[in-house]
Amino acid sequence: MKAAFKFHGGVHPPTHKTESTRTPIAQTALPSKLVIPLHQHVGARAKPVVQVGEHVLKGQMIGKPEGRLSNAVHASTSGTVSAIDLQLVAHHSGQPDLCVTIVPDGRDEWIAHTGVDYKQTAHTELRHLLRQAGVVGLGGAVFPSDLKAYSNKHKIKTMVLNGAECEPYITCDDMLMRERPADILRGAEVLRELLYAEEILIGIEDNKPEAIAAMRQAVIDGKHEHMTVVAVPTVYPSGGAKQLMRILTGIEVAAGVRSTEKGLQCFNVATAYSAWRAIAHGEPLLSRIVTVTGNVAHAQNFEVLLGTPVDELMAQAGSRPDTDKHIMGGPMMGVQLPSATVGITKAANCIIASSPALFPPPKPALPCIRCTRCAEVCPAELQPQDLYWFAKANNFGKAQEFHLFDCIECGACTYVCPSNIPLVNYYRYAKSEIWAREQEAQAAELARERHEFRQLRIEREKQEKAEKLAQKEKAAAVAKAASDAVQMPTATPLGPNADPDDAMQLRIDAALARAKEQASAAHPKNTETLTPQQHAEIAEADARRAKAHEMALSDAEQKSE
Amino acid sequence: MWISPFITKSNSVGEIMFKVMLALIPGIALYVWYFGPAILVSLTLASLTALATEAAMLKLRERPLKPFLSDNSALLTAWLLALSIPPLAPWWMVVVGTAFAIAVSKHLYGGLGNNTFNPAMIGYAVLIISFPVHMTHWLTPHALGGIELSFAEQLSYIFKGVLPNGLTLDAVTMATPLDTLKTQLHLGLSVHDISDMPIYGHLAGKGSEMVALGFAIGGVYLLLNRIITWHLPLAYLGALFATAGIFHLVDPTHYVTPLFHWFSGAAMLGAFFILTDPVTSPTTAKGKIIFAVGAGVLTYLIRAFGGFPDGMAFATLFMNICVPLIDAWTQPKVFGKKGGKQ
Repeated sequence: MKAAFKFHGGVHPPTHKTESTRTPIAQTALPSKLVIPLHQHVGARAKPVVQVGEHVLKGQMIGKPEGRLSNAVHASTSGTVSAIDLQLVAHHSGQPDLCVTIVPDGRDEWIAHTGVDYKQTAHTELRHLLRQAGVVGLGGAVFPSDLKAYSNKHKIKTMVLNGAECEPYITCDDMLMRERPADILRGAEVLRELLYAEEILIGIEDNKPEAIAAMRQAVIDGKHEHMTVVAVPTVYPSGGAKQLMRILTGIEVAAGVRSTEKGLQCFNVATAYSAWRAIAHGEPLLSRIVTVTGNVAHAQNFEVLLGTPVDELMAQAGSRPDTDKHIMGGPMMGVQLPSATVGITKAANCIIASSPALFPPPKPALPCIRCTRCAEVCPAELQPQDLYWFAKANNFGKAQEFHLFDCIECGACTYVCPSNIPLVNYYRYAKSEIWAREQEAQAAELARERHEFRQLRIEREKQEKAEKLAQKEKAAAVAKAASDAVQMPTATPLGPNADPDDAMQLRIDAALARAKEQASAAHPKNTETLTPQQHAEIAEADARRAKAHEMALSDAEQKSE
Repeated sequence: MWISPFITKSNSVGEIMFKVMLALIPGIALYVWYFGPAILVSLTLASLTALATEAAMLKLRERPLKPFLSDNSALLTAWLLALSIPPLAPWWMVVVGTAFAIAVSKHLYGGLGNNTFNPAMIGYAVLIISFPVHMTHWLTPHALGGIELSFAEQLSYIFKGVLPNGLTLDAVTMATPLDTLKTQLHLGLSVHDISDMPIYGHLAGKGSEMVALGFAIGGVYLLLNRIITWHLPLAYLGALFATAGIFHLVDPTHYVTPLFHWFSGAAMLGAFFILTDPVTSPTTAKGKIIFAVGAGVLTYLIRAFGGFPDGMAFATLFMNICVPLIDAWTQPKVFGKKGGKQ
């Protein structure tokens, strides 16, 4: 079956895929150590559940999910935990994150594990198993799969299985589909069950005929009734979830809309494979297929244990001496690794050894000539030349009006720009600025609310105190008036009609007020002891907040116009 | 840290501008074939002036010379201007027009990418307003068999203003076919009588109609190479055809055929090379159509009822002002937000 729809725009960069598909997926040698980040997924960081010095088994959970949007992390091999500390990680922020370092003992000894028959298992239990097995989206988004394999509000008609792999250089999904199609489809079947989806459409770019053939054969061999393999035209970014959904079903899911609202859900082929290993074999996600390519002697796909240091992996592919950096992901959307010592994570589908010859530094940018080549290729159908203009001018309100947040950052605009303008960087910058300002505005709003509430409470307390005093005096007067020395039965300063709850509330309020007074009395002392530099910083922060507030106001004005 | 994408398609502003200049070659070749090599002199003169002015302005604005001088945009402006004015125009007119186009309408507006108006058309407007008489001295095509100046004599006139003994300028030049049409209509002749005059060929002016065809061929090259999209030329020529067609149908004795308008004056050059300047035209597909339709109708109105023989330049300049408005009004719906289907 051929794809019936297409999306707007797209580009055709040289694919460079054949380099790494000549040999089958290879196993890597056991590395000298594993640096396993506890935050390899969307959501909260997993909480470490092992101690330094503890011996762990392969498949043993070392980080447990914390909160609903979180996921588990496991020891990829047996060995000893040598450290739990902040290490550089494979993330574009370049910030260190909490990692568990394991020195392998060489025995690669598994923890006891066993699978379940998914047809005999409750859906909630299956989702729990996926979560405990650390299964996340392996296409790069690393969203916890248990949360995606669920739709209570919306009926899912079509589950899209993403094997498009449109980024140049990356071939991990291609090789996985060629070599292990049966387990991919079984995993997809489990996910379909969880979604109650009617059908599965498997989208694979038509530059992967071997993978298409293997998957089609596996559909027949596995007697999968609801599945269709669709060859989709090779055009970047057809592997973007929303683009692939559009290609396969004709349905467009706008930014900010969940695909489930349109009856669609999308999983990557490698995710389906991992889901099957987790459900049917009880194997947590311990390894993934990684394409090692670029400036290496033998470009190839490896099955890599999570946490394997990138440099040890690259050595096995024969890293060339003029390699100056490593890119995780493809050349269109990948990120430059902050160091070659970081561990492979669940998101690492490809590592490209880069050299100045392979990826020459960008040429200096010329002014935009509004040629709209960017608009012609934009898969989100934006007007990138306008967004660029607004982002450059820090006119973020206008940028949002022109749908900045619909940008999927695919980089197609930058790719075609004849003026060499790093367009997508401007959009990333504008987005992060807007987020930062929104956070500041929210913080300012919260602070304002707190302040106003405090003022209100102080006012109320004052009033209540006055009332209390008045009542006390009144009571005393009454007591005095009852001159025959009848003792008041209780110590309450309130009148006889007072509700005991009110009395309690008053005491609580009074205590709070005292605490508050103490706090506010202590407060000025704190600021008095600050250094002039700290004062300057506070003033700066205040000024920034004021500016953010102003911006928010002017934005609101513009909107209301 | 260097951020993705790490690869880019190899194309550049200079390459785009170069291809546009390449697309002008068929028109220029036919120009030389029918009218002699004088046009090459004004092209060279305009090119040199444009580069010198560009360099001087970059220097004054403290911008790097190399990237901007090699973007070919100044050269393209120079060529478009040179093609819009009579080849026998005195050298200083070419220099003044080009220098004004580059210095004022390009650099004073912020340089490449920031100019509101098409620089070549500003140059043309300045010249036709300042030196209207000189702007009417167009060369007679060889086909008319009149007195022709040799190349040396042409050079001598361009640089020294000296004609061979016994010749007047009127003897070796003529008004454009559009201009002649207008004058003769004023004198009470009908379209039919006028088109029997020897200066007219198959569709429009002898020679000039072929040059227009040359520009159209270059335009097709630009379309095929995806340097321009169909929106601007098609909408422009369509609007010009439709407006001229209506008038022609109603009163054929006073209004010439739409094809005459297509192949006269700057219509073809404008449709494919002038309106399509990306900097000064709208960015949205719908906007391009509105812009070009506006320019087409205005071109016709100025030609038929205005004070100038051709309307292309002023129609372009007028529509240039509307570009920000048109762009704002014609923002297309984005992915997933189109409504309708679904």
